[in-house]
Amino acid sequence: MKFLCINCDRQMVFEERQLPGDGTLAAAFRCPECGRCVAILTNPMETQLVASLGVKIGGRTVPAQPMETVRGMVVTGRDNAFAEDGKRETGNGPTWTAEAQERLARVPGFVRGMVKRIYGDYARDHGIAEITPTVMDTARSELGLEGM
Amino acid sequence: MALNIRTYRDLTEPDRSALVEQIGAQRRRVADRMAAVRHVVAVLSGKGGVGKSYVTAHLARALGRSGRGVGVLDADLNGPTIPRLLDAPAGGARPAHADAVEAAAGAEGVKCISMALLLRDGMPLAFRGPDAESFVWRGALEAAVLREFLADVAWGALDFLLVDLPPGVQRFAELTELLPAPPAALIVTIPTPESADAVRRALRAALERGATALGVVENMVGGPFAGSAADDLAREFGVPVLARIPFHPRADVWDGIAKCIGGAA
Repeated sequence: MKFLCINCDRQMVFEERQLPGDGTLAAAFRCPECGRCVAILTNPMETQLVASLGVKIGGRTVPAQPMETVRGMVVTGRDNAFAEDGKRETGNGPTWTAEAQERLARVPGFVRGMVKRIYGDYARDHGIAEITPTVMDTARSELGLEGM
Repeated sequence: MALNIRTYRDLTEPDRSALVEQIGAQRRRVADRMAAVRHVVAVLSGKGGVGKSYVTAHLARALGRSGRGVGVLDADLNGPTIPRLLDAPAGGARPAHADAVEAAAGAEGVKCISMALLLRDGMPLAFRGPDAESFVWRGALEAAVLREFLADVAWGALDFLLVDLPPGVQRFAELTELLPAPPAALIVTIPTPESADAVRRALRAALERGATALGVVENMVGGPFAGSAADDLAREFGVPVLARIPFHPRADVWDGIAKCIGGAA
């Protein structure tokens, strides 16, 4: 799917993605010539179709995680089905505040390890020593992690 | 007056979403993982209840006994049985590393992955998503699970990866589209003409998609099911009958098939 500014005959470029959390998606595109913006708004079924393909509108923000579709989409998985490799959490990795840990504990166990790894990598990449709920909010917004 | 609009393929400017590239990366991930697997064998039938999983598991164990590296991918996502047939522990946690999840270890050193290892006991495979019209997206999600079972499991170097398919031909089609090359196909039937009818359709679909048929295994021979399905299919498609499995098979039956497969694949 591409968007064309007919007046300028220029392909519009992806600007921003928003996931309100109700299953819908909004993605904005801007004409690089005249600056005109349009947004595509998808209903939950259309959003689901894109998610089913394992692709991200606007491009990938985090590297592909092993079994990310299974862990992100299956709702009947066992809480302790996966044991995350803790190697990268040792040494000088970021610490988690009690509030951040509490919030992480509310993530379903089936996907929790993967979510923790993503936040940990985000903190490490940004030189953040301590993960707080604010850091989680920022990461979620920047990375487009719906429901995480 | 009609607008003069360039077509999709006329637009060549960089695309930040790069959806085609994302799909390409998924395919490369499968290809990279499968590069260490010498033979992918799809165990298919088209007919339900003929013992595909039973044959798959016992063949895998026999291949393992013969010293080969073997994995089993349980592609029956909605009725997974492989871990139990391989005596693989179902309750433990799968270690997840940065690039792959570890397979479970079954009897004779056979590695396996299955939804039975990941789902809560007694629960069906259910996905997050809108309830209405789930038939529109569920197939795509199941194909994505199959892709991740191929690409995201630490299979390591294998001589054989056996893929236990559910009845029908759709999962085989998905498998063929995901793999770099069409898999070999091992056909399982019971003796009845009804089974032959269903298997014929599935085998034809597999061959049209480029599969090489290794041969036919006739299961449950000598029991209540009468007929000559294996001979009929073998004659019609020019493939060998690899084995006839008695209703109560002895262990050496499986070693015989493993020898055939090991030589034919």
